[in-house]
Amino acid sequence: MEREGQIRIPAGCAIAALVSRDGSKTSGEAITNAMKPMRDRSNGLGGGFAAYGIYPEYKDFYALHLFFDSRDVRKGCEAFLKERFEIVQSEIIPTRKIPEITDEPIIWRYFVAPLQSQLKSAQLDGDEFVSRAVMKINAQMDGAYVFSSGKNMGAFKAVGFPEDVSRFYRLEEYQAYQWTAHGRYPTNTPGWWGGAHPFGLLDYTVVHNGEISSYDANRRFIEMFGYKCTLQTDTEVITYIMDYLLRVQRLTLTETANVIAAPFWSAIEQLSDAEERARLRYLRAVFPSLLITGPFSIVLGFNGGLMALNDRLKLRSMVVGEKDDKVFVASEEAAIRAMEENVENVWSPAGGEPVVVRVKEGAF
Amino acid sequence: MGVDFLYPEFEVVRNASRCTNCRLCERQCANEVHSFDAESGVMLADDSKCVNCQRCVAFCPTRALKIVESDCKFRSNANWSDQTIREIYKQANSGGVLLSSMGNPNRLPVYWDRILVNASQVTNPSIDPLREPMETRVFLGKKPARIKRDAQGRLDVRLEPQIELAVPIMFSAMSYGSISYNAHESLARAATELGIMYNTGEGGLHEDFYKYGPNTVVQVASGRFGVHERFLLAGAAIEIKMGQGAKPGIGGHLPGAKIVGDVSRTRMIPEGTDAISPAPHHDIYSIEDLRQLIFSLKEATEYQKPIIVKVAAVHNIAAIASGIARAGADVIAIDGFRGGTGAAPTRIRDNVGIPVELALAAVDRRLRDEGIRNNVSLVVGGSIRSAADVVKAIALGADACYVATAALVALGCRLCRTCQSGKCNWGIATQRPELVKRLDPELGSRRLVNLVSAWRHELMEMMGGMGINSVEALRGNRLMLRGVGMTEKELQILGIAHAGE
Repeated sequence: MEREGQIRIPAGCAIAALVSRDGSKTSGEAITNAMKPMRDRSNGLGGGFAAYGIYPEYKDFYALHLFFDSRDVRKGCEAFLKERFEIVQSEIIPTRKIPEITDEPIIWRYFVAPLQSQLKSAQLDGDEFVSRAVMKINAQMDGAYVFSSGKNMGAFKAVGFPEDVSRFYRLEEYQAYQWTAHGRYPTNTPGWWGGAHPFGLLDYTVVHNGEISSYDANRRFIEMFGYKCTLQTDTEVITYIMDYLLRVQRLTLTETANVIAAPFWSAIEQLSDAEERARLRYLRAVFPSLLITGPFSIVLGFNGGLMALNDRLKLRSMVVGEKDDKVFVASEEAAIRAMEENVENVWSPAGGEPVVVRVKEGAF
Repeated sequence: MGVDFLYPEFEVVRNASRCTNCRLCERQCANEVHSFDAESGVMLADDSKCVNCQRCVAFCPTRALKIVESDCKFRSNANWSDQTIREIYKQANSGGVLLSSMGNPNRLPVYWDRILVNASQVTNPSIDPLREPMETRVFLGKKPARIKRDAQGRLDVRLEPQIELAVPIMFSAMSYGSISYNAHESLARAATELGIMYNTGEGGLHEDFYKYGPNTVVQVASGRFGVHERFLLAGAAIEIKMGQGAKPGIGGHLPGAKIVGDVSRTRMIPEGTDAISPAPHHDIYSIEDLRQLIFSLKEATEYQKPIIVKVAAVHNIAAIASGIARAGADVIAIDGFRGGTGAAPTRIRDNVGIPVELALAAVDRRLRDEGIRNNVSLVVGGSIRSAADVVKAIALGADACYVATAALVALGCRLCRTCQSGKCNWGIATQRPELVKRLDPELGSRRLVNLVSAWRHELMEMMGGMGINSVEALRGNRLMLRGVGMTEKELQILGIAHAGE
């Protein structure tokens, strides 16, 4: 059977997110509870979480999470990393043996800083350097896969139901100001850990429910800019689009939402504000190949906040709620209530309407 | 008679029991096939003059006429076809180059017909275009590599000049001269109503049609006929014609007989002189020369007009297109070997160039591999026959399609492939006033609007089926395509999987 990346596998899913605007931290327990009432949205073939603010002691270093098929691959990959990075810490990611999760690869994390000499000779900034190293490992190094690469954050994923994945990775032991989660329902059975979500590049992570019909148009465009879509999943290409628009093109979150879930021309033409009309027209004219069509609800996580977004027709459910400093996002309201029984202001954002939550400056 | 006698290709079959001797067929046929014999009181037909344009068939009020292919053929031979033998007799008699019109009619692969389109099932909903917005608007032209902002952080929304199309379809170049005034007016009016473009071809722009400028692409070809400053400024874009799919590598020749009256004035050449466009542009012998022409035209129009460079699909098209993109073109138009023509040497039309499907796939991939696909838009033509071809072309990577033969068919053309005679009974490829007036621009433009509107509906239906609600998300979306009955190599060049994969 072909592995994910060799074939394209559509999937339906569950997503959830929890963020504190004050930057107050919680363990992985609440977000894990959110996934339980949405068990029918997953089928045990993939679950995962992203946690922000979990590595304060290494906050200036890129935290690379990797899967390896074998010890030899790990050794080879470590040699590759040492040529490019100062590695201040390398360790096995602690896990717990449970019957629900089996066949795990070798799972390590490295806290690294790009070597100054390498940055100078490549004429790149740290983010771009790390991003290229990740692409290289994922596209070219058989049996090695970087599944998380941001600072002071990390993704944790596996083949299994999300709540089991959480137990496996001992997420109750981590403290984060923001959590996102994903349960996967692939329409095929690849059983590969790299194919689980969240998908991440640098500190951008994406959890996504949907199947985008624009996939190959998006992929073939974004691959012009050095991204390699090795997994053939929607989430992967969405992550790269986010990275390209936000980090490379320096668009704002709203502008990014206006590109990927662009307002319809008919809606743009009805706007009375000529400047706004010109702005939206410009974004659609410049980035037509990054319009994402087909159903999706996504939560984009980054250091200091998140953006939740639905496709412009709202073909997937997604609800948002608040309580005190906390904001919750999930595929279903039940999931939010599992995190916070007394949730307030629950609403369904309209298609294409981004919900941006930022953590107070200095609190993350 | 004798060695050069060739039995007519077509026979006029008249049903005597229906014919009323109204003589309408006689008046309709510029080839003078039909005549009335007063003595015997019956209609006669000279089959040898018939080109099978079906004008008489369409207009016979009693449906008394049909044209059939003659069965008087040479002894069948798989190697020496009837056509081949006939051509040899013609050349042995005349010593001349054979001429043909319209696109290559031979049995060569039509890749569009071997490509099938996807639809949503279960995991992803299809979208009903009758209930949901379905967008077909596209912009052709350079896209900036980096966005810019002003001091306040607002987006600088100025763009390089773009061609905005309500549907990703344009009428491709057909010169005034090769086709009639009324045909041009039909195209111009339809393009305006549809929010798309028509193309002047190489023959200048008739005074009366400057008002359609916002929906006009003006063409500069190797003969530079009718090119002057006002002409360049008149259109929404300028096209440099380097080549044509029907006759790659050669120029054009509009016989002096068609250079009459307004055609002569519009082309800026004396009446009755042959209009000969040289094979190359004599100021373009290399890619850097093309760059100079592109920028000369940009300078002349103050960088307000996007420049299209049109080339024929030839063997090395990917590298050529890459060079054109780097030469500063805003749009590359690729014309496939099935593209039409008003006249071309038969051997060239039927043997030179490659299928546009393969050329498009190769160019789109090459430009992406080089990271310059965003600097230029791709338009393909030659031949796009239906909305399905449009869908497939866009999914392979085209930004828009050029359509000419289908537009002429909509105006009445029966593809009899004798445009070079100048006696088009449908009033399209002719300059004879009595024939031109047969094409009513009001009705013609209506039919063109109908055709493109119908294609747009079909495009929307097919996109909706795929769960796509904007044509932008279809462009280059090759995962939506599968091949049938193709070799590995063909699939590899097209960049698509085989059905079942």
